[in-house]
Amino acid sequence: MSQTPAPRKLPGNLNTNRRLDRWLKINRDGTVTAFPGKVEIGQGILTALAQIVAEELDVALERIRLAPADTTYSPDEGMTSGSQSITDGGAALRYAAAEARDLLLQRAAARLGVSLEQLSVADGVVKARSGGSVTYWEIATDDLLAREATGDIAPKPASLHTIIGSPAPRRDIPAKVSGAPIYVHDLDLPGMLHGRVARPPSYDARLAGLDEAEVRALPGVVAVVRDGSFLGVIAGREEQAIRALTRLKRIARWEESTVLPETPDPRFLLREVTEDQVISEKQDAAAGARAAKTLDAEYTRPYIAHASIGPSCAVARFDPDRCTVWTHSQGIFPLRRDLAGVLGVEENCITAIHMDGAGCYGHNGADDAALDAVLLARAVPGRPVRVQWTREDEFNWEPYGPAMVVKLKAGLDTQGNVVNWTEDIWSNSHSTRPNGLGGVNLLAAWHLARPHPPSPPRNPPLPGGGSHRNAIPIYEFPNERVTNRLVKRMPVRVSALRALGATANVFAIESFMDELAAAAGADPVEFRLRHLKDARARAVIETVAAKAGWRKGEKGDGARGRGIGFARYKNGACYVAVIVEIEAGNELSVRRAWAAIDAGLVINPDGIINQTEGGIIQTVSWALKEAVRYDRSRILTSNWDDYPILTFEESPQVEVTIVNRPELPPLGAGEGTQGPTAAAIANAIHNALGVRLRDMPFTRDRVLAALA
Amino acid sequence: MSVTTTIQVNGKSHSVAAEPDTPLLYILRNDLKLKGARFGCGLGQCGACTVLVDGKPVQSCDFPLSAAAGKAVTTIEGLAPDGKLHPLQQAFIDEQAAQCGYCVTGIIMAAKALLDTHSRPSDAEIRTALKGNLCRCGTHQRILRAIHRAAKEIAK
Repeated sequence: MSQTPAPRKLPGNLNTNRRLDRWLKINRDGTVTAFPGKVEIGQGILTALAQIVAEELDVALERIRLAPADTTYSPDEGMTSGSQSITDGGAALRYAAAEARDLLLQRAAARLGVSLEQLSVADGVVKARSGGSVTYWEIATDDLLAREATGDIAPKPASLHTIIGSPAPRRDIPAKVSGAPIYVHDLDLPGMLHGRVARPPSYDARLAGLDEAEVRALPGVVAVVRDGSFLGVIAGREEQAIRALTRLKRIARWEESTVLPETPDPRFLLREVTEDQVISEKQDAAAGARAAKTLDAEYTRPYIAHASIGPSCAVARFDPDRCTVWTHSQGIFPLRRDLAGVLGVEENCITAIHMDGAGCYGHNGADDAALDAVLLARAVPGRPVRVQWTREDEFNWEPYGPAMVVKLKAGLDTQGNVVNWTEDIWSNSHSTRPNGLGGVNLLAAWHLARPHPPSPPRNPPLPGGGSHRNAIPIYEFPNERVTNRLVKRMPVRVSALRALGATANVFAIESFMDELAAAAGADPVEFRLRHLKDARARAVIETVAAKAGWRKGEKGDGARGRGIGFARYKNGACYVAVIVEIEAGNELSVRRAWAAIDAGLVINPDGIINQTEGGIIQTVSWALKEAVRYDRSRILTSNWDDYPILTFEESPQVEVTIVNRPELPPLGAGEGTQGPTAAAIANAIHNALGVRLRDMPFTRDRVLAALA
Repeated sequence: MSVTTTIQVNGKSHSVAAEPDTPLLYILRNDLKLKGARFGCGLGQCGACTVLVDGKPVQSCDFPLSAAAGKAVTTIEGLAPDGKLHPLQQAFIDEQAAQCGYCVTGIIMAAKALLDTHSRPSDAEIRTALKGNLCRCGTHQRILRAIHRAAKEIAK
């Protein structure tokens, strides 16, 4: 029996989207179109991808056009998540562009009648040493890239880079400061109607009664859409839809049965049934026997909201043979699979087109809003319907970053070395994104008369991990046992929030490292270095300590103090060390932060700095202020008064240093700061005030309680 | 009941037919197609919809059409009427002071109101002026730098 050989593995997402013309098109007008399947979510990815293409093709950055992600023509790159866009999407474009350049040079060599070695390229102009020249734009034809990639053409070495590694202004910022209609929220199609969904008052509430007639009679109302407990309204003008929504909410009668955890304290997780997995085990009995002092501690993180500034939005239109949806989803292909499941149609009957949204920081309401728009548009064929979630919709219904509990126990020998380490983590899964794995992970689908149950939650596996992301310490401990206790029951809707489990795990590990350092009478910086072999890890810690002017054994003064936190994100992406300075006055505030980051080869230095600054400031907000509130049946977080975030008056100064490693592969860099920052703040509070806060957020009340 | 109201936006007069209590935001976005002011909360809490009414920053999601009648409304689109960016907009580009950018137009409008009355504000004054504006991406420091830069540029 003959067997077809497995196709060879190609770099990044070129492996799953193997044709070169899926990624690139050389245009006759002197431009190049790149087709990334990864999307802009405010992280600046499109600018970095354009830099990669320009570099490998040897053309000016200004020549690169980026096609918006669209299921009609874009490569399926899954989700834009997990800091993988440069490593997976960037690698694909990098190799595709290198190969396209090679094909262009071959064609140029034939045209000029010279050998490849005699050619040089500058901005798309190919010159032969003997004198002749030809441009990419003259020789490129559609068939040039109509082939499978080989992956054989190596990208340029870092020594030849002129565009990669230089700061490039973000291509999206001019439109963003001008007020141009670039977000899906701004899409305004001819004949467009406005929709709103009257969400139930609690997760499992059933619509028991409604007199639709009085809502239908309101000015501008075009339709009331009711399917089981899914209830929406469509109107001609936006404010008419809002008025109709208000009326619907007032007159709809619901039967509520939701039971939420009895306490906002994440320790309710300790009483849940868990699926346990030992994810790291190291044994050295002789070393363990040297333990002279043992410490244990328990850390928690509450449910945290993504809290996007722009509530989710989508526009959809039903035509006779096609449904089109404009969305700020992070994954138009997975979304389309789930939408097809709800509509009972083939995937290729649906077109999903990405447009920018407000920053999402993970899985928020974007995909849910897309299904809302589709369900409402189905009631008015041919008319586009725009659904804008309310602030309350977003806060009540988005899937939060899960609450977590981390228990730690460690032994120190008389020299102050950690000789054993036991860690247990409790958490739900960190991904309930649309995934096409049998169910439908879209909110409205669960409320229909014939509901589609959700797909089973997927806790992303190690080494990246979900709840157990960064649970395995990067430090060298001779004895170690780390157990992931996955809580299957999900009373509160949860999914991916920037950094997933890394925030709580690093917060716990790095706080505990400071507790151990204190017990060992060691300086926190020196204590970490003592347990670290990885040279890159050591370098970011040493760099941030130098930049911040860290003094060995420095002590706070009862009001101000500093602390450090460190991690290598996912134990495989960027290395980040953070030092913060806090001040405890009437309120607790973070005044300054310093960070050092090693993300391997840096594509756009200013992009990395912007993401690192932003990550730190966002985490200051999480760590000082944020927790979703609920009672036994309802979510109580509905607006910014219920869920304050860091303001301009409270935001710290941040200074970021890049440890550039141009000779090493690029590493994901968008989510490396969360864990280190949360821990650095807790450590700084201890340094300043002598109290140890182990429960996020570190509110004034908690500080006062700890001091009492 | 829908009535016709005349408002001045970016120096031009517009008549719109809508209920008088309609928030100005929807008039700007849907009737006048000026999409630069953005819906963030509908409650006057986040500042994404900030525009100027007679030079003062207001949250247009929480400001009825009737109250805008006869007043001069300025939106982000009014800052660069001939396509030449306002110094604040240029400074935001120069400082790369955006990530997702959704909050930025509202912040620029709040900053404009400040700079119109305080030519060289202190850091504390800028922070206070942005009390009503939220940013979730953590771009605060770049935004503060951009506003200082614009102030300096305007003072030249």
